[in-house]
Amino acid sequence: MSVPILWYLLLAGALFAIGAFGALTRRSGIAVFLSIELMLNAANLTLVAYSRLLGDRTGQMLVFFALAVAAAEAAVGLALFIGIYRLRRTIDVGRMNLMRW
Amino acid sequence: MELAIFVLLAGTALGSAILVVFHRNPVSSTMSLVVTLVATAGLFLMLGSPFLAALQILLYTGAILVLFLFVIMLLNVRRERTIHSRAPGLTWGAAICSAIFAGATMRLFWAAYATAPTPPLDAEAFSLRAVARELFSTYLLPFEIIGLLLLVAVVAASWIAKRPGPGEPGEVP
Amino acid sequence: MSLLPYLWLVPALPFLGAAVNGLLVRNRHKGLATAIGVGAPGLSLFVALACLWEFLHRPGHAPFELLLYPWTAGDLAVDFAFLLDPLSAVMLFVVTFVGFWIHVYSAGYMAREPGYRRYFAYLNLFMGAMLLLVLGNNYVVMFIGWEGVGLCSYLLIGFHFDQDVPPKAGRKAFIVNRIGDFAFLIGLFALFASFGTLDYDKLNMAILANLELARAPFCLGLSLAGFVALCLFVGAMGKSAQIPLYVWLPDAMAGPTPVSALIHAATMVTAGVYMVARTNLVYQLAPGVLLFVAVIGALTAIFAASIGLAQNDIKKVLAYSTVSQLGYMFLAAGVGAYIAAIFHLATHAFFKALLFLGSGSVIHGMGGEQDMRKMGGLKSHMPATYRTFLIGTIAIAGIPPLAGFFSKDEILASTFAGGHFVLWAVGLLTAGLTACYMFRVVYLTFHGKFRGTRDQEHHLHESPKSMTVPLIILAVGAVAAGWIGIPAGMWELAGTEDRNLFHHFLSPVIATIPGEGGTGHALSHTAEISLILASIGIALAGILIARRAWGGGRGVAADESIAKAAPAFYRLLENKYYVDELYDRLFVRPLARLARFCWKVIDTVIIDGGLHVVAFLTELTGDLGRFTTTGNVRQYALYFFAGALALFWWMIF
Repeated sequence: MSVPILWYLLLAGALFAIGAFGALTRRSGIAVFLSIELMLNAANLTLVAYSRLLGDRTGQMLVFFALAVAAAEAAVGLALFIGIYRLRRTIDVGRMNLMRW
Repeated sequence: MELAIFVLLAGTALGSAILVVFHRNPVSSTMSLVVTLVATAGLFLMLGSPFLAALQILLYTGAILVLFLFVIMLLNVRRERTIHSRAPGLTWGAAICSAIFAGATMRLFWAAYATAPTPPLDAEAFSLRAVARELFSTYLLPFEIIGLLLLVAVVAASWIAKRPGPGEPGEVP
Repeated sequence: MSLLPYLWLVPALPFLGAAVNGLLVRNRHKGLATAIGVGAPGLSLFVALACLWEFLHRPGHAPFELLLYPWTAGDLAVDFAFLLDPLSAVMLFVVTFVGFWIHVYSAGYMAREPGYRRYFAYLNLFMGAMLLLVLGNNYVVMFIGWEGVGLCSYLLIGFHFDQDVPPKAGRKAFIVNRIGDFAFLIGLFALFASFGTLDYDKLNMAILANLELARAPFCLGLSLAGFVALCLFVGAMGKSAQIPLYVWLPDAMAGPTPVSALIHAATMVTAGVYMVARTNLVYQLAPGVLLFVAVIGALTAIFAASIGLAQNDIKKVLAYSTVSQLGYMFLAAGVGAYIAAIFHLATHAFFKALLFLGSGSVIHGMGGEQDMRKMGGLKSHMPATYRTFLIGTIAIAGIPPLAGFFSKDEILASTFAGGHFVLWAVGLLTAGLTACYMFRVVYLTFHGKFRGTRDQEHHLHESPKSMTVPLIILAVGAVAAGWIGIPAGMWELAGTEDRNLFHHFLSPVIATIPGEGGTGHALSHTAEISLILASIGIALAGILIARRAWGGGRGVAADESIAKAAPAFYRLLENKYYVDELYDRLFVRPLARLARFCWKVIDTVIIDGGLHVVAFLTELTGDLGRFTTTGNVRQYALYFFAGALALFWWMIF
């Protein structure tokens, strides 16, 4: 018996929620970033599931590109982390309060 | 049989996802994420997309997370004291929002696809050949632009992260 | 070439002069200000005289209407139009002629005044408004002029706004006037609501066609005619200073003397009389109110005359005299002798303006002193002023053949003929008082020894030509103006035909009600002669009493002995029967309290408080809102997520 598509989708939803929670809650910048990657991954999973459900290759294409973009984003984001660390000696997100009134 | 594999992979993914969020040691978090991504790759495979599974492992786990580890090493990121901040409101708010989101999407999916059977895998349509053909015909332009994007990202990343010259603020630890 | 179509120039020129002087001319261009300020009324006088000349030659003195701008709003059709008929012709002449000479006088009197240009602007503005009042062909244009002269009165009384008294006096005048204006408007509303028009001719025709409606009970137990008549008369009470709304006129003496002469003697205060004469049809239909008018007039006349006897400020005496003479005019109107009222209005304009300008000359010579107790013996220092003032005094006392005699006598004769013997007696007594207090002024001011200071004595001088020439011209008027109105009775006595030109001229204006006999008072010859002798007699009596008391160099001794003999009575008179104090207690203080309440409570607490609350709430919201801008990135991320969630929710469900 094959696995109903629904389960893949539910799993993706759960992964996304976990990732969201992590992104909002963790103090360390790295941890936030990791959570974000988790969310992206969940989105990819959803896309692939839909691709299978609808029999359309487009979903897989989107995942391909999402993967590439995630890579670019990770590179730049980590570079930013390095820059911030140099200036502020911390990557504690709670300390980034330049936008305070 | 398939079901068992699915349960195994899904369980692993979920479990290590939770670990990602709750580990205090950043290295542990990263490792947990690796596990999650590999499990997801397995799921991709089960969904009939070996290409993406391979790509996931190569790119994500092989490159991106390695990059993460390098940066962790470089910045000597310590263990956090607690994972959540001194803002319980924030934690609860995040928890509630996530829960609502999860609940909403799951309910949505349930309503739409509870009874939908998994369509049979069209091996031909999902084969590597077909995917590659599509990638290099219909999606040729995005493909090239992605290349450009990656170039830009690399350049930007290396510039942002370079050592500061004499007189500029900041220093490599 | 007919100048009648240019009648509109008569009010327009003074308005133009006011605008130019008020807005364009600078204070240092005194010559230009004078040229415009005196020239505008001068030109206006010229056009007015030309129009009058033409009018007099029209067959049957047919009324001339000039439509300037038709204006209709729904049911209300009020054209901006002028009417030149006998009544407005008389008023036009009085206003332009006397007005012009007072402007000339002002050029001399106000020569050293810093606000010279502003003065002439206001004065011209007044002329324009007064001319609108008398020339309008409907009650609305009259009301525009009515309000306009009220405004200018306020502006001119309070001319020396930097002093203490004038602004208060100006305010008092305006507010008391306002009470009258309010009633006036109610009357107009009632007229319009009942007859649908406010034009003089159309209204008269509508009333004559609808006599039952006019006589039908309307409001407050009065018929429609009675109600309207009463309301309009209250307006006249305010404008023409009758009891109980006269209190502003004596205070108005705080304004410059030419202003007192023009506004508060010759023109503005007579607007009420003009209005009653114009509305004579309505008054004829309301005999009760008419009697009320007569009673108020007589009461005011004697009341004011008694106060005038005990005043020491020369202008105040003249002010009360004006109130008293206005009372005579209303007495005349009240007994149905509208023409006699207008006649007295005209003669009074001449001699009262003369007296005021003369007093101005005296004040000018005394360097600003107005208290008669400090004057005396001025006849040798200011002969021209003395002689003209004396002529005015004789005229007001009612000595023939000067103007005052004829008009006053006609009023008294009409009163007697109408059977109002009590009112006649009051009028007669007032005539005596008038002669008495006016000659008191002459004796105290011009005769006897000088009672002022050394410096004042050295300063004494006759006034310049710009001031004395108008005095002379007005004196001529005071002498001769009466001769066009010599009553029919006297002509009969003289054995010639009735040459009462004035009466014949104005009779078309008095409406006749079909079914009612005319106000024909035929007095027997004996009655006529006796009345004339009585008037002359009491006037002479007044003069002789004055002479005994204040003449022959006795000066103020008489005042002092009266004060000693009957201190309470004298104090009562001197303090104007404490009416102002009474009003203050009854009306002013409670109103002031109410105003303060409105200010302190309603305005400050409630309205401002409301605003403050709104501002406070806004601030509070802002302060609370600040909590969202913590700069805490994670909080912002949470907001993002929550917002996206909300959007997601909304889109899906």
